[in-house]
Amino acid sequence: MSLVGARVLRKEDPNLITGNGQYVDDLQPAGCTSMVFVRSTEAHAKIRSIDTAEALVLPGVLAVWTSANIAQLANCPGGLPGLDQPLLAKDVVRFVGEGVAVVVATDRYIAADAAELIVVDYEPLPAVASLSAAMAPGAVVLHEALGGNTVHFQDFENPLDDVFAAAPRTASLHIVNNRCAPTPIEPNVCLADWGRSGLTLWAAFQAPHHLRNTIAQYFGIPQDSTRVVAPDVGGGFGAKINFVPEFFLTALLSKEIGRPVKYTQTRSECLVAMLHGRAQEHDASVAFDNDGRILALKLSVTQDQGAYPNGTGMGLPVLTTAMAAGCYRIPAVAISWRNVVTNTTPVAAYRGAGRPEASYTIERLIDLIADETGVDPVEVRRRNFIPVDAFPYATHSPLAMYDSGNFAGALDELLKHVKYDELKKEQEKRRQDPAAKLLGIGFASWLEIAGFGPPGSLEAFGHLASWESAQVRIQPDGSAIIFTGASPHGQGTVTTYAQIAADELGIDFDRISVKHGDTAVVPQGIGTMGSRAVAVGGEGVKTASGRVYENAKRIAAHLLEASAEDIVIEDEKFFVKGTPARSVPWSEVAWKSFQPLELPGGMEPGGLDSTVFQQVPNFSFPSGAYCCVVEIDRETGGVNIVNMYLVDDCGTVINPLLVEGQVHGGVAQGIAQALFEHMLYDPSGVPRTSTLMDYLVPAASDLPGYVTGRTNTPNPSNTLGAKGVGESGSVGAPPAVVNAVVDALSHLGVKHIDMPVTPIKVWNILEGAK
Amino acid sequence: MTIRTSITVNGKETSREVEARTLLVHYLREELSLTGTHVGCDTSNCGACTVLLDGEAVKSCTLLAAQVHDCNVTTIEGAAQADGSFSPVQEGFRQEHGLQCGYCTPGMIMASTALLSENPNPSEEEIRQALEGNLCRCTGYEMIVNAVRWAAEHPNFTSGGAK
Repeated sequence: MSLVGARVLRKEDPNLITGNGQYVDDLQPAGCTSMVFVRSTEAHAKIRSIDTAEALVLPGVLAVWTSANIAQLANCPGGLPGLDQPLLAKDVVRFVGEGVAVVVATDRYIAADAAELIVVDYEPLPAVASLSAAMAPGAVVLHEALGGNTVHFQDFENPLDDVFAAAPRTASLHIVNNRCAPTPIEPNVCLADWGRSGLTLWAAFQAPHHLRNTIAQYFGIPQDSTRVVAPDVGGGFGAKINFVPEFFLTALLSKEIGRPVKYTQTRSECLVAMLHGRAQEHDASVAFDNDGRILALKLSVTQDQGAYPNGTGMGLPVLTTAMAAGCYRIPAVAISWRNVVTNTTPVAAYRGAGRPEASYTIERLIDLIADETGVDPVEVRRRNFIPVDAFPYATHSPLAMYDSGNFAGALDELLKHVKYDELKKEQEKRRQDPAAKLLGIGFASWLEIAGFGPPGSLEAFGHLASWESAQVRIQPDGSAIIFTGASPHGQGTVTTYAQIAADELGIDFDRISVKHGDTAVVPQGIGTMGSRAVAVGGEGVKTASGRVYENAKRIAAHLLEASAEDIVIEDEKFFVKGTPARSVPWSEVAWKSFQPLELPGGMEPGGLDSTVFQQVPNFSFPSGAYCCVVEIDRETGGVNIVNMYLVDDCGTVINPLLVEGQVHGGVAQGIAQALFEHMLYDPSGVPRTSTLMDYLVPAASDLPGYVTGRTNTPNPSNTLGAKGVGESGSVGAPPAVVNAVVDALSHLGVKHIDMPVTPIKVWNILEGAK
Repeated sequence: MTIRTSITVNGKETSREVEARTLLVHYLREELSLTGTHVGCDTSNCGACTVLLDGEAVKSCTLLAAQVHDCNVTTIEGAAQADGSFSPVQEGFRQEHGLQCGYCTPGMIMASTALLSENPNPSEEEIRQALEGNLCRCTGYEMIVNAVRWAAEHPNFTSGGAK
């Protein structure tokens, strides 16, 4: 029986449900000390002086550092040359939350006390806390080296003025894609121990080898004695692939004081210091005919990079503009983007990283076309879909060569669940009844780019390469250990990889272990991000397992005095096809694989061990169709999601239980962006949502249940056929929710509402219509 | 200022001389090395630190260890049954994929355990309301609701010993 596709319970769970997980903050090596930051309370200011005298003499304090202590060190890796963030602010702070000083003490309470005693004298500078402020004439400049606040501007190659001028109809939207804080429930945590035998850094991180390579390079130390361990990691969502000063400071301080140094971020720090996501503004225009067929699309993206632009953040508008056309055949597409610095927390990847922004805008435009033409939104989608026989489909972007998809099929599947005609009648009825809640129905046919990626794709973000490693190593008793460079943080990779390997090796699922997250254990690796763990890493497990199995068959054939081509396996027993009575068990093949006298000629001992650096020729393109049904309270403006219908096409499903979990989680974050979450700054750059009292991460009582469905167009770029599913929900949900709200209010002439759609925004619209 | 604090944790008496300001969660994690109870925020919003105090769900980041002197505390390490079987709630989370990264899970399990002891057969709505003080960023909550329902439907679950 194949395990790929089976609802298998997770191997990860027994530890995690009993309190036996091991997160970085759970580690407490002998002599462990605690590091605490003093973070800037100013958005933009000169540092006149830092008085550390009182902190230094507090009993238990081991070190107090400011930029003066590390003046010779390079800035934090990952930034843009000349615009990168110092490990500790030097002379100037550029956002609230930037590190100004650190204290190390014998315990966290003393370290926090000492941090309170440090007095920083700031000379405030004017701050720019929004894109419009940063781009205004005469705006204060964050980085003198830049001259202005625009880091990079990519203009339209052809602004399509003639197409728009000649089009029967056009429409435009200015869209704000709200800044979100990724907020994994485990904040950033790291623990460094730099002794005579080298540096070990335990870190809540998604890509330990990437961090190992970088930290070794940064300090000029050899990689063989630099070890990074990401043990259990409490969620990442893209925010734990960024290099932050914490890693380098704990390492340095450990070397300095000769003891392990741990940093455990508080939530309030996390909300301002862990890199944010989204933070784009779009100017989007679409040209179309009277039947709702799209003739041209023009998208200009302005990306808020925060105070210090980094490689990942710079990549966000590239991905957004590459995916601008979504599921649709659009004859002419023009794209432009601009990266701007502001006095806010730096921006980088957050679940979807550039693709939710693309999907949101094109799906809002589709509904706008429906509104303008009177053609039903479902029908507008159908009239513009790329047809199923058009793949591979070249888009306007060389990055996005769509490999496969069935967008109409997903929409058909969705409409089996949604009683659309009844809902539309109910909507009309309620509009006539002032006591009834308004009803809205919103659709999103979404598409994203995932499975990062083909050669060159991750190198562009500073990674060593874009493959993923897999090593399959048979033990003498016939059990198997798989080592993977894809370092999970909740995805269930241990389970899915064991499923894949069990099918390929013919070894029982319970006798397969998966090891990850330790550069001293896993040969090499890239990491888990961009929905790549199964599409790239899982494919590697399949490839390596297949190679091991072929070698195992050769040994079995030798023992059975048969030909390897005739060998099959069942219930962990190898036999010649058709004669199961005479068999050799996996355990015997494994044992003898280490004994030269038992091996066929030319075969070396230890041959049941294969390491693969799995490459894939293209990105993957998960897609789907979602529908959200909302009710709106006319008195309060409150939006309540009544139903959320979700049809995903992630290609082959390895484990339906885990895929459903990924979809739910992504959708929850998408709903959160649409209705609740917004990292807000006041005009002076002070964050107004810097604790969980203000930043609304939804609870169970805030979110709906989900109805899920599935279509399957296999991924042609790997033999598994899997596309990835980790980010899909956050790509598909926001437009479905906002389209539903706008639909509910469309009779009042509402064309668009920016996220998050809070009760006050809706209430103001309802009041204005009275 | 230090204070002698005695707390019964998972049925075992513990006693430590701690700083008066020591939070219960740090007493559990750092004095007793019971690291299953996690810290996820500093404003009592996230519930990752939820434990049972004399049977009631409380946030151990919001209590001083000294405040619970002479009380009974149950942490995730004490959630399993006497024979080592997972509790129905633990097993429900496993069966229904009620966890992904696992960081909020101990708090979720303890809050769910308290709910079921008060209301052995909660509706979906009652579960969602009861867990509103516990944040999960991974699951979108539906599978957590299903996990609690599983536990409600299998009150006598036993795996027949240690797992």
